[in-house]
Order: sequence, then C-alpha cells, then structure tokens
Amino acid sequence: MRSPLRLERRLEQPKRLNWVIPLISLVAALILGAIVLWVTGKNPFEVYQRIFERGFAGRRVFSDSLVSATPLAFTGLCAAVAFRMGLINVGGEGQLYMGSLAATWVGITFDNIPTGLMIVLMAVAGMSCGGLYAGIVGLLRARFGTNEIITSLMMNYLAAILLTYLVYNSFSYWRDPVSGNFPSPRAITQRAEWNTFAIFEIGLPIAFLMAIAMGFIIWFIYKRTRFGFEVGVIADSPKAARYAGIRTSSTIVLVMGLSGAMAGLGGAADVGNFRRYMDPKGLELSGYGYTGIVVAALARLNPIASVFVALLMGGLNNAGYSLRGPDFPSGLVGTLQGLILFSAVAGEILIKYRVKSNSRPSEAVAA
Amino acid sequence: MTDQVAVRMSGIVKRFPGVVANDGVDLEIRAGEVHALLGENGAGKSTLSNILCGLYRADEGVVEVAGRQSEFSSPRDALNAGIGMVHQHFRLVPTFTVAENVVLGESDGSLFMNHDQVAARVQELSDRYALAVDPTARIWQLSVGEQQRVEILKVLYRGAKVLILDEPTAVLTPIEARSLFATLRAMGEEGRSVIFISHKLGEVMAVSDRVTVLRGGRTVGTVDTSETSTRDLASLMVGRSVDFDRVVRATPADTDTTVLRVEDVSVTDDRGRVSLHQISFTIGRGEIVGVAGVAGNGQRELAEVISGIRVPIAGRISVMDEELKLGKARAAISSGIAHVPEDRLHTGLAAGHSVEDNLALKNYRSVQISKFRLLKRRAIREQASTLVERYDVKTPDTVTPVRLLSGGNVQKVLLAREFSALPSVLIAASPTRGLDVGAIETVRERLVAAADEGVGVLLISEDLDEILSLADRILVMYEGRIVDDLPATGADRERIGLTMGGSNTTEAVK
Repeated sequence: MRSPLRLERRLEQPKRLNWVIPLISLVAALILGAIVLWVTGKNPFEVYQRIFERGFAGRRVFSDSLVSATPLAFTGLCAAVAFRMGLINVGGEGQLYMGSLAATWVGITFDNIPTGLMIVLMAVAGMSCGGLYAGIVGLLRARFGTNEIITSLMMNYLAAILLTYLVYNSFSYWRDPVSGNFPSPRAITQRAEWNTFAIFEIGLPIAFLMAIAMGFIIWFIYKRTRFGFEVGVIADSPKAARYAGIRTSSTIVLVMGLSGAMAGLGGAADVGNFRRYMDPKGLELSGYGYTGIVVAALARLNPIASVFVALLMGGLNNAGYSLRGPDFPSGLVGTLQGLILFSAVAGEILIKYRVKSNSRPSEAVAA
Repeated sequence: MTDQVAVRMSGIVKRFPGVVANDGVDLEIRAGEVHALLGENGAGKSTLSNILCGLYRADEGVVEVAGRQSEFSSPRDALNAGIGMVHQHFRLVPTFTVAENVVLGESDGSLFMNHDQVAARVQELSDRYALAVDPTARIWQLSVGEQQRVEILKVLYRGAKVLILDEPTAVLTPIEARSLFATLRAMGEEGRSVIFISHKLGEVMAVSDRVTVLRGGRTVGTVDTSETSTRDLASLMVGRSVDFDRVVRATPADTDTTVLRVEDVSVTDDRGRVSLHQISFTIGRGEIVGVAGVAGNGQRELAEVISGIRVPIAGRISVMDEELKLGKARAAISSGIAHVPEDRLHTGLAAGHSVEDNLALKNYRSVQISKFRLLKRRAIREQASTLVERYDVKTPDTVTPVRLLSGGNVQKVLLAREFSALPSVLIAASPTRGLDVGAIETVRERLVAAADEGVGVLLISEDLDEILSLADRILVMYEGRIVDDLPATGADRERIGLTMGGSNTTEAVK
C-alpha cells in the first residue's frame, strides 16, 4: 500500500514560511475547533466572537490578558531555550514552582527593603532556584545520558508535591501562621508587590516587560555569542561539535539551567505581579509549564516571538476563565490550545518538507 | 555444486549523485556454490548486493533468478524469489526472542504466533546447519556471533535459496568465523548458493568455490578458487601496472624534523573492542605518509585519536615534540592538528550551518573572531569571503548552508578552514572520495602544497593509486596494526595488496 501523497525534503526553506506557516497552523486549529463546536451543537462564530471580546477587546480585558500572559511568556522562553538545542525540557512547570518557592521566601523574609531591590532579589532568587532545579536534569543527561523528557517530567510532580506539602501538610515558612485548621499560603509583604504601569489605561505588569527583555537577551545570546554558536552547532550536528572541540556536556547543563531560570523567573513574576503568595493549587490549575510548550512551538522557538504568542495564549486563557458557565464548555480553551499545538507541529513538517503527489507507477513484482 | 545458474546479473549500472557505483557489472552465481565477491571498499560490492536483495533498483542491466528475468522493488520481493541478505549491521529487536525475531515481518495472515511451532522449526534449521543458538533466548543475551546466526536463520526460515552475506566475518572471532565457514559449506551441499562479500583474501581462499573480483564498479574477472592464489587475487583487486605519475614535490620532505610522533597508542572502538594495537610511527616535516588498508582496519580510530575525538586506552602522541593532552579535540586543534574527516558533512562540518559559520567552526574562540565571548559577525563574514575566494568555493554567498553545496565545494570549505589554520600536522581521511575528477585534482594539489610548506600529512585512503602518487612513505594497516612500512617510490603494489588483505609480509616479499 502506498499513500497517494509523499513528503519531499525542501532543499531551501523560504524565510517567509517562518511566519506564514504558523499563521496557517493557527487558522487550521480554529477551523478544527469550529468543527468540534459545531458537532457539539454550538455556533462556532458566536463562541469565537465571545472569546475575542473577553480575551483581547478592550483595555480592561487586555490588561488582564497581559497578566495571564506573563508566566506563559517565561515558560515559553523556557521551552524555546532548551528545544533550540534539541533538549526537550518539559519541566517548565516544576521549574516555575521552584521559582515561586524561592521568590516567595524572599518576599516574606525581607520586609524592609525598597520595592526596586525587592523585585531584583525575587527575580534572581526565582531564576536561580528554577535554573538549579533544571540543572539537575541537565547534569543527569550530560553525565549519564538520562532521557531529559522523563526526568524533567518526573520532577514536575516532585515540585508539585513539595509545594503542596509546604503549604497544606506542614507548618512550614510558606504557610500562613494564622490560618490554623484551614491551611492557606502566606502572603509576601506589601513592599514586595511588583509594579504595574499604566500606559494608555492598559495595565502593563513590570514582569511582562522583563519577559520582553528576556526574549531579546536570549535572542542575542543565541545569535551573537560564542555560547550561542556552540549551542547551534551541537543542535545541528553533535559529531561536528565534538570534532570542533565544543564541550557538549557543560553546554547541556548550562542550557538546561538557562531554560529553568526562565521558568523560575516566571514563578517569581507570578508571585510578585499576580498572586502575592505561593499557591500550589492555583499553579497546578494554570499549567503554565505545559502551555509554555505550545507557546514555543507556535513561535517556532523564536524567543522574541514566544513573548507575543504568550499574549495570544494568555488572552485565550482569560476568556476561558471569564466565560466559564453552562453555555461555555470549560474544556474548550484547553482543547483549542491542544489543537494549536498539533497544528503547529504539523506546520513544522510543512516547513521542512513539501507535499508531492505520489505518481510512481506500480511495479512488476518478481516471480 | 552443479553448473546450473541460480542468479545471473548482467550489465548492472547503478548511479548515485556524483558517483557511478556499478558500471556494467556481470555476476553469475551457480546453484550450490559459495561465491566470493571480492573488492576494495568502494568497488561496488555492497551496491551490487543491495540491488540483488531488492534494496536498490538498478538503473540499467538485467537480473535473472533461476533463468527468469526479475525486478525487485523491495527486499520482500527478493525474498519471495528466494534471495535473502544478511547485513553487516544486524536488524534484530534486542528484547525479543530468537524465534520472535525470526518470524518478525513474516505474516502468514493469522493474528497470533505459534511460538512452539516456530521454535521447533528454528531449532530444526539451526541443527541442520550447525547454527547453534537457543530459539527461546533473547537477542540482548547473545554474543555478536550468535546474533549473526539469528540473521542467517531469519533468511533460511523464509526459504532463501541464495544467501548474501555482507562481510560476515568483520564482527566475528576467528573461531566463530571457522564455524560460519562450515555452515556456509553445509548450505552449499544442500544446493543453496552463498554470496560471500569480503576483502580478506585468506577467507576468500578458504571458503569459496569461485571468486568474482570487482574494482571501481566493474567486474574484473571471475575465477575458480582452486585455480588461483592469494597473490593473483590481490593484484586483481588492487589493479596492476596502471601507470601513475608520482607527484613531483617542490620541497622534499624533511624527515629529520619530526612533527608528529605516535607512540604505543591503543584504542577501543565504539563497541569496546580493541581496534588499534600499540600503534607507533612518526611523520616528518613536509612528509606525506599514506595509510593504506581496507576500511575498518583501524584507520578511522587512528584519525580520531590523533585529532582528540577519541580517548585512547594507552599511548602518547606529541606534536612538534610537545606531548598532546589526549582525547581533547580542543587541545589537538590548538596544538596545530588539522583534520579532514571522512564524514565531511556531519563531522567535519555542521551541515545546516552557513558557509561562514563553518569556516569559523574551529577558530570562533580566537581573538580575531570573538571578543568578550561575543562573536564579531563582520569578522566572520570577512574571513569567509577571503577563504571562499582563495579556495575557489562555488557558493552563491557566505550565508548559504553547506548542505546545499556540491560535494566538491563541501570539501573545499572544509579544506579552506583546515589549511588556513596553518597546521603543523594534517590528517586527511579519504579526502577525494566521491568527488569528481576536477575536484580530486584540486584536493590533491592542495595536499601537496601543504606538504611543500612543511605540514606533515597523514593521508588515509583506500585508493591505493592516490597513496602511491602522493605519499612519501606508506603504512599498511590490517586489523588495527601497522603491518608494513615502506617508502612509496618503487613500492610493490602486489605486496601492498597482499598485506592489506592480511597475508603476512614475509611471504609477500618472497
């Protein structure tokens, strides 16, 4: 049996495909989503219109979407950083938890320093903790060749259990001491709350600005530094890297660390700009780490694009929250995001290959 | 053995981009014979057998099986016609049992597999042909020799009348090889034909009934083993008295100054077998030392250990009398060792990267190219334009990925980078393989020019003519040892052919 179509590797990948294909993927995902809606008896146009209104239209909703987008921008960067080297870090979720843990500790402990310094300290704490947590995965991969997909995924559960234990099952530093029999997380001090700027009456969280800055920094690292050059060669051909004297093992650990630092900064941003405490349940519900993979995939691992794709996903999330109700299926946004991921991955194939019709004549079979 | 023809291939032509692998090959296999296919690497043996077993399709020529013209579009077609191949690299599922592997891919239409029945049949076959292996054992538990028996059983189980074995002894110990030969003869006695691909003369003499020798994609001749000798086969294999011009050197080698000294280096290959046994040699200033030998006799490991890609288990290497930190590519590069590897596109270059990035692949750490760990893109581009011009690389621009360049230009990019580093030692592994005539000429000129400037060149090649025309001295490698070391002027190619094939030197000299 031979399929009527076959894929042929493109020799050259036209530059415009880099944004045309993701756009087509997005549209394809919306069409597939529309089919799902239509089958379940909803009017797709109406639903999409409501999503647009509640996610993107208007200053209020846009401000809210910026807040939801911020952690996703960081987890998107986390995935993009690692995937670019072919390291499949799916541990953004756990690394973000660890960032949240560290930043919350800073936010509770230092109660009399200026907010500016506080933001820096929380960010650095979040990045270090997330980076170290991911660094373990990198170390295992570099030293023993352990599959990073599995270790990073397992460490997500580990982090989730740790956070739950700290807040709900122990009298730890992160649990509100006055919460008594109904445990709740302990809030950071007033001064530790991160600024939100008002620009044209749109609330712009400082963390989102950090995400944009990080997008550019990572782009710069990968394009212009020796380290980025080495990462690129390892991704292209590990054999050539070894031949050229590039130290693959330490690069793996560093890239994982950088990747985890991005997620960790996302955790810190979530505490500083949004929740104000370490919230295991809330974080688990949000699933920022996993959505970050969708963000990076749709952004084609471009760090700057990741930040803006995160805005799209943040808006979708926001619309999903505010529309939840009897006439709006709660799983819809998740389904849409899943469809976007699938379409983005399928689009990736179209960038690398072109589709040709298979017109080879059937062959005579030997006697 | 009868005179009945089992397989006849005539006028087979197979072209690959840039090379003609088979250029009108004829092969005739009789029923019940063990037929050796002898030739150096690149002679076209593997291509020919891949055509016969249905992996490739010939561009021209006719394949007849038992007198009927056949064309196979898949290995399954070939198997249905009774032709099965035992590949050099096994295709077994490690976690499955022997019996499961034997029936894998063989569907009789039923959903379930009758384990006992299969095991019994496998046992029967293994008894009949002295292929001792336990049908219920799992593949990962078996030695390499046993795994090969499973591959043979697989083909027999499917009822193959003609078995093709691609360099079967390459992975075997001498004892295992002897038992394999007994099996092959038993199959011949039953009327099955065996095509035995090899470049080891001794084995060919020991096991085959007839031998067909290929060279450069053509059939050189078919002879009865009983009427030939190792010596005759050697000269058929490497070709005789083709007049070649020794390159005239502007500056003769200065062997009093040693640029590379290799002492007692032993290395294991990827599977952990010792593939270099206490190798020692030196290269003088401006000297071209050719390494002759059939591929897989340790040449790759030799190149890798000198260039720091492979960690040796013992030995010392020094460049310009300075001892080298072993197993560190970066140390090798900075002490002046340049390396043109066999696998240009994936080891020597990062194929997806641009020409300019590839030209900076080894000096991106230098002050000219980067400062404060930041790359100077302009310097990279300028370096690239200079080298592209100087080495006459045909590329639309310096940002084109190297994988889009032609083979000759790929090699030019690689040579440009390695030569421009002003090395004291250059290791060139099959530097002209797969290139067209013009490119071959350029590469050879560059090598000689480098030597004239005082670079010590280690030229590893399977092309004996190339070595004879370029090298000052020739080392012959066989099974991880240097078995012969002779000056190239007036070298006896028969002697080299024999030692390459594993016959010992003293006998050859006689």
